[in-house]
Amino acid sequence: MSLLALPTSALASLGRATFNALASIGRIAIYAALTLSHIVRPPFYRREFLTALMQVGWLSLPVVGLTAIFTGGALALQIYAGGQRFSAEAVVPQIVAIGMVRELGPVLVGLMIAARVTSSIAAEIATMKVTEQIDALTTLSTNPMKYLTVPRVLAGFLTVPLLVGVGDIIGIMGGFLVSTEQLGFNRASYIKNTLDFLQTPDVVSSLIKGAVFGFIATLIGCYYGMNSGRGAQGVGGATKNAVATASILILAANFVLTSVMFGS
Amino acid sequence: MIELSRVAKSFGKNHVLRGVNLTIPRGQSMVVIGGSGTGKSVLLKSILGLVTPDSGRITLEGADVREANRDAFLARFGMLFQGGALFDSLKVWENVAFRLMRGATKLPKDEARAIAIEKLRRVGLKPETVDMFPGELSGGMQKRVGLARAIAAEPEIIFFDEPTTGLDPIMSGVINALIREIVTEMGATAMTITHDMSSVRAIADRVAMLHDGLIRWTGLVSDMDQADDPYLQQFIHGRADGPIESVR
Repeated sequence: MSLLALPTSALASLGRATFNALASIGRIAIYAALTLSHIVRPPFYRREFLTALMQVGWLSLPVVGLTAIFTGGALALQIYAGGQRFSAEAVVPQIVAIGMVRELGPVLVGLMIAARVTSSIAAEIATMKVTEQIDALTTLSTNPMKYLTVPRVLAGFLTVPLLVGVGDIIGIMGGFLVSTEQLGFNRASYIKNTLDFLQTPDVVSSLIKGAVFGFIATLIGCYYGMNSGRGAQGVGGATKNAVATASILILAANFVLTSVMFGS
Repeated sequence: MIELSRVAKSFGKNHVLRGVNLTIPRGQSMVVIGGSGTGKSVLLKSILGLVTPDSGRITLEGADVREANRDAFLARFGMLFQGGALFDSLKVWENVAFRLMRGATKLPKDEARAIAIEKLRRVGLKPETVDMFPGELSGGMQKRVGLARAIAAEPEIIFFDEPTTGLDPIMSGVINALIREIVTEMGATAMTITHDMSSVRAIADRVAMLHDGLIRWTGLVSDMDQADDPYLQQFIHGRADGPIESVR
């Protein structure tokens, strides 16, 4: 191999990877636009929507609750330990509240939804594709986009903000329990400090992030499921790619939303 | 009548269909035979619009299928998929009544359920199966449910994709006999793709052999054994030697 061939080949690989990534972004954007266009056009499959509400929202509550309570507790311990270095340990209630509501609550719930819901949606739809159930839907005059994607994406968009709200409260409760039971904070003043410090924009930003993350997590699950390859390997690949893409997009969207809402 | 004229389809460098010409007369049962990977499923899916051909024309009663109203077009078809393709999350009767409970001609739930039960009875399934889920049924029973779903809305045209794959010989015979009976009693146009010769002899009025992306032979099932096409003869007799390459 000539000396020139190695860098040229590396450059070609980089170019191919970049083009593939851009093509994927384009395909996902088109899929998102199609989904939105189908949301506003009948028919609407109510039963599938109610099932998706249960799957995405209700059944995710335990994992969201457990994630939030442990994170809130750990956050309180970290802030207390860090705060002690410059005698600021009293700010634990305020920092736990703002940390959970503005950042950790939405991001952790988003990532847990990506792990639990995106993977499940991608695997389910990919299996349906492999077993020709998607083709069967089409031959039965049912648009798979309307029947499978729209109910799930709508359920994600509507329920994840609620999960984020619940996660925020449980996270703050985790901090409260650790602070009052282990660190010696007064219960009444902890609650008062938390409530006094939090502002409406903090809560609204949390819910907006939840809605966006819910949309991303469910949309990506549906997209990779619908575009899965053949066989067990195809289903596995679709699931893996869906979780990885949804997680990255959620973190990227979090940065963009935080910049827009709090950047100034 | 369904007519395919010079239909071609490639996937990358793989030219699956290379200009297929085929006519399926109204009210007849056409069986397309051919080895694995010869494009039988692609041919069937091209007619339904599940795969878009690269070139050629497919018409139904003279009208180009690409220009037809999609819902109205698909409402004329019923399809039995190779693996059944039943919806796991729905009960057996809901699978059968799927089309009946949706779309422009949506029926009330009770009426749709009654029709589903009747169709399940027609394919030999007992009432106990009605409220079961597909995962609780054997392969043969799933095929029957798939068949009941294909005929539930009494379509004019029914497609069968490898109807006996994965079934034991006795169950294959039962499914073949059911398909023949149902197609005859409904007066439907049928197209079956298979490489099971017992299905061909039980189901077909006419046979077409697909090889290397082209229809090599087509004619009445009664003429098949006397045909002098070496490809057809090798295939129907299952010979390893002949013009069709076989890997050993």
